Amino acid sequence: MTRIAALSRRRFLQSSAAAVGASVALPAGLRPAHAAGKLTVGFIYVGPKDDFGYNQSHAEGAAALKAIAGVTVVEEENVPESNDVVNTMESMINFDGAGLVFPTSFGYYDPFIKETAPKYGKVRFEHCGGLWQKGDPQNAGSYFGYIGMGQYLNGIVAGHMTKTRKIGFVAAKPIPQVLNNINSFLLGARAVDPAITCQVIFTGEWSLAVKEAEATNALADQGADVITCHVDGPKVVVETAAARGAYVCGYHADQSSLAPEKYLTGAEWNWAKVYTDMVTAQMAGETIPNFVRGGLAEGFIKMSPLGPAVTEAARAQFEATKAEILKGGFAVIKGPLKDNKGNVIATEGQAFPEDDVALESMNYLVDGVLGSTS
Amino acid sequence: MADPVDLGLWAVPLAILGGAIRVSTPFLFVSLGECLTERSGRINLGLEGTLILGAVSGYAMSYHSGSALVGVLCAALVGGIFGMLHGWLCSFKGVNDIAIGISMMILGMGLAFYFGKAYIQPTAPRLPAIPFGGWSDIPQLRAALQVNVLFLLGGALAVFLAWMLKNTRVGLTIRVVGDSTDAARALAIRPNRVRLWATSAGGALAGIGGAYLSLYYPGSWNEGISSGQGLMAVALVIFARWNPINCFWAALLFGGAGALGPALQSVGITEGYYLFYAAPYVLTLGILIATSSTERAVTGAPGELSITK
Repeated sequence: MTRIAALSRRRFLQSSAAAVGASVALPAGLRPAHAAGKLTVGFIYVGPKDDFGYNQSHAEGAAALKAIAGVTVVEEENVPESNDVVNTMESMINFDGAGLVFPTSFGYYDPFIKETAPKYGKVRFEHCGGLWQKGDPQNAGSYFGYIGMGQYLNGIVAGHMTKTRKIGFVAAKPIPQVLNNINSFLLGARAVDPAITCQVIFTGEWSLAVKEAEATNALADQGADVITCHVDGPKVVVETAAARGAYVCGYHADQSSLAPEKYLTGAEWNWAKVYTDMVTAQMAGETIPNFVRGGLAEGFIKMSPLGPAVTEAARAQFEATKAEILKGGFAVIKGPLKDNKGNVIATEGQAFPEDDVALESMNYLVDGVLGSTS
Repeated sequence: MADPVDLGLWAVPLAILGGAIRVSTPFLFVSLGECLTERSGRINLGLEGTLILGAVSGYAMSYHSGSALVGVLCAALVGGIFGMLHGWLCSFKGVNDIAIGISMMILGMGLAFYFGKAYIQPTAPRLPAIPFGGWSDIPQLRAALQVNVLFLLGGALAVFLAWMLKNTRVGLTIRVVGDSTDAARALAIRPNRVRLWATSAGGALAGIGGAYLSLYYPGSWNEGISSGQGLMAVALVIFARWNPINCFWAALLFGGAGALGPALQSVGITEGYYLFYAAPYVLTLGILIATSSTERAVTGAPGELSITK
């Protein structure tokens, strides 16, 4: 009994001393967790970081940070979208002293980051793809790029190259970003030929090699002759599609080396620029905005170089549209437009430009996409 | 690429046929390996780990040697060594083969992920396929009938194993050891030695199954390559009642059922694809219930198989 009393008194003294110290040293409680000029940045990936895809694109961004003086990068791969990510974030913060963490997978945000961020007020949580809203923790933020624009450009090239007027999309899960990519791919192709349709197959998971291969084969069986995808690692889709003789548009990173003859172009992330900007801002004592977005114009995304099979007509329209998009405010979703169940998405004259937040809660597939969101 | 023919709903059975041929081979090799091991009276749950280890070692050797065949042989060798390790550990008194199997599975995956880091990016030579569809004008059918040598080999192996177990001295020895350790000892057979070789051979077969994954279909190495096929194949053995020929049919069934989800979506049956993806499991439950009996114990089960040993 006395021991417990002694312990708790010591505890009490410790914590009150800490409280006094903190209130003196940190008047607003806003001082960053890192020492001046030094910052440890944590990156968390849902899969391996050299997957030719999503994780690789982020790891390339993380690698670019190592060039900044005073920055230490810690990374962990293969972290599931479960309570595991909380453990990883906490160990990066408590053991590695991370002052800025990038949990990069979509499913990390809600509830894991939203519940963890309030416990570590001095650490910054930057999440890729989520939608930060008012009421979410102030030390959390979300960033993303208008990659749908890249899929629109993919679609334009696909529209020129398809002979069957049927293009294919291997998709992981029906979340807004994926749906936006599917819709943009088709609308790009329809900007060339309004008779084109796009068959979509959902695999249900971000990385399922055998199912992705089966989905690609099923698309080829249905006559799709240009195929793209939104899965974590497009390697299997790219190689399987090329083996079936279909053209391929890439996603996440440059996959041209996997199918040099069949690769048309690809929508790639450019995280090196985004991460360098964010880390530089935090080290300069600035606060990163809670909601960061950008597209081709802002250097958030880029296109793979056009492949050898791309025709002159395709190249011309691709370049012209890209120049249009680079001006900013481009709208892929614009009226008159219906979804594939016949509901009106946009009336004549109505348009959703790339930075319209409404696009981030997309829950429909547009007319011409063969598939369903559930 | 010849212009594809519009197949309508015929695309579904065609995709199931193609899927059965493409996807079933790893199931087949792992379940044949496990069948052999279990017939000797031992359970090796670690074959998922062996499968993945076979996938990475096959891919790595194919990359370095420039020959996919060398890759397959290397995968078999690595799988065999891994199986032998399992067999050796289990030969000690009081060691539980289930527990060893689970730890071997996790060890195998860990080793594969560790050594596999360097091989996610490179592209290795793949195994060739034999086109059996040349007689047809339908490009989809020709694609479905691209058959890999390993699939044919697996089919032949199933027949061979069934014959061997039934008609040869080696087969008899394995069966005796599997059914009664005491009887085997009375016949001057050393049960541990037989089980060691049976587990090792089972591991080698699982390794070949892994090489098929990384060297043919889907044909690349990454950490999510197997998605539990090794575990499913172990369950397939029970489903197939420890009969190699049944293992072949069960593997085909699972391969074909796996193709159902993408195929249905491709012909426009798009609602509820998560349900279609569960089809192989629903099928298993259904068949197990249909073939169950309240009167007799599981037929065909080797007498020495036990989870409490």
